[in-house]
Amino acid sequence: MDDKDRDMLISIGPQHPALKEPTSFSLALRGEKIDAIQVKIGYNHRGIEKGCESRTYIQDMYLLERICGICSHAHSTAYVQAVETIAGLQVPRRALYIRTLIGELERIHSHLLWLGVAGHEIGFDTLLMYTWRDREAVMDLLAELTGNRVNYGINTIGGVRRDLTKEEGEKILKIIDKLEEQTKYYVQIAQEESTLIQRLSGVGKLPKADALRLGAVGPTARASSIAFDVRKDDPYAAYGELDFKVVSADQADVYGRTVVRLGELLEAYSLIRQVIKNLPDGPIAVRAPRKIPAGEALSRYEAPRGEDVHYVKANGTDMPERVKVRAPTLANSQAIAKMLEDRYLADLPIVVAAIDPCFSCTDRAIEVEGKGLMSWEKLRQYSIDWYRKQGVDFRNVKRII
Amino acid sequence: MSDLTQIKQQLEDKFVYLKGGIREQGERRLWSEVSYDLFFDVFGYAVKELGFDALCTITGLDEGEYLAFIYHLSKGGLVFNLKTKILKDKEDLRTVIDYFPGAAIYEREVVDLLGVKVAGLPDGVRYPLPDDWPAGQYPLRKDWDPKVLDQKEAG
Repeated sequence: MDDKDRDMLISIGPQHPALKEPTSFSLALRGEKIDAIQVKIGYNHRGIEKGCESRTYIQDMYLLERICGICSHAHSTAYVQAVETIAGLQVPRRALYIRTLIGELERIHSHLLWLGVAGHEIGFDTLLMYTWRDREAVMDLLAELTGNRVNYGINTIGGVRRDLTKEEGEKILKIIDKLEEQTKYYVQIAQEESTLIQRLSGVGKLPKADALRLGAVGPTARASSIAFDVRKDDPYAAYGELDFKVVSADQADVYGRTVVRLGELLEAYSLIRQVIKNLPDGPIAVRAPRKIPAGEALSRYEAPRGEDVHYVKANGTDMPERVKVRAPTLANSQAIAKMLEDRYLADLPIVVAAIDPCFSCTDRAIEVEGKGLMSWEKLRQYSIDWYRKQGVDFRNVKRII
Repeated sequence: MSDLTQIKQQLEDKFVYLKGGIREQGERRLWSEVSYDLFFDVFGYAVKELGFDALCTITGLDEGEYLAFIYHLSKGGLVFNLKTKILKDKEDLRTVIDYFPGAAIYEREVVDLLGVKVAGLPDGVRYPLPDDWPAGQYPLRKDWDPKVLDQKEAG
């Protein structure tokens, strides 16, 4: 065999500057082409399912919300829905609408983040700057509505914890108008910008049959002509009462995945307008029992990355017997090898990014109403004092920095 | 008759032993349990004849003497949760990758976390525990105590 034909083995990860989260790719190359690929994940496994078994239902809600910094609402909603089913709780309609609102705002910030990452991976950093600038508007809005940019803590078992005022609704509509205008511009770019079209078309192919066989979900599956969306097919929250279409594409490549996410952004704006227009009056939560009667339930949620599955088993105590989570990236990770079959090494970053693997973006300071912009020192002191009032004393915890 | 009730009816007609053992929950969930020697009859029928074309995941449960597994099969918005159980440390599962190749990762997960063996699952990278995880430690078993890890670190 000539040298040029010889396989080269390279490892990328688990720690690598180009990876946003720890993942390990072992690649066999023949020249520039990928001959074989092995993906290892699991580096972020934190034992959350086990942890849930020794915490109460409410504590678990906060723990599960922290599975992910981006689709935190997806996890907390999927979980509370399962618990509410077991407990037989009738969640007020107003709460269901507010959950839908936060869910769609989360989808917008997630998809805008993705669009920026995709632009970055193909050297189109202007797109990254634009979309991440726009995303800030949604993050600020979420912070204003819930108190947090991520991990919103809006849910509780039996409803939501914060109501929506008329003024807040009006503000959301104004921001949505602006974002829609911007998104239309990105749609135009995706339709007309030849560099972007050529770089993404035909890359990361996943024919429909393979997407089905490997269990792909979300925009990854919908870009391969699988028009399945939990919001439409297995409706939860307020989706059964709202008008929207499931966006799919037939390109079955990274370009198709871009088209689907852009289409979903436009649908999200429409959904939010409907939620605010039709927001029912009434309470935002019903009282949930501390002990959940024995039973089990399976809940599904259409997270920005696809179907998020939570199974909960209750044993009559205040702690669950078992909580099982299947996040969408685990389902989509099975298709990465197929997407990279016979492709070039240079396609790896964008193909992997195109399933939108999940990563966290939690470390931010925000302006707390009436308290001005806080320095880190002040913010730290504020949180110590706040916890002390709740009976937890952090004063003697040693600082690392 | 709703789709769900119709599927329940089809299952009961085909497998008499399921009569009275299938539970409808809400509009889109079916729950049932079958002994492991009959599992593949029901599972195969649901996939091949009833159109359950996706496996959401496999949930593993430690039930004392037994390990139980729920295969969450979906057909659009409907989910058929089929449970089965085997004797802990005495019996093995058989792989379902012939039906769903993507299920390999869910099977590796129950192998790592519950310590079940899955016959027919090809060798591959373990998931989700690290390569140097101590042998014989299965975190999702009810008698497993995380203190084992502290001892390892201290040692």
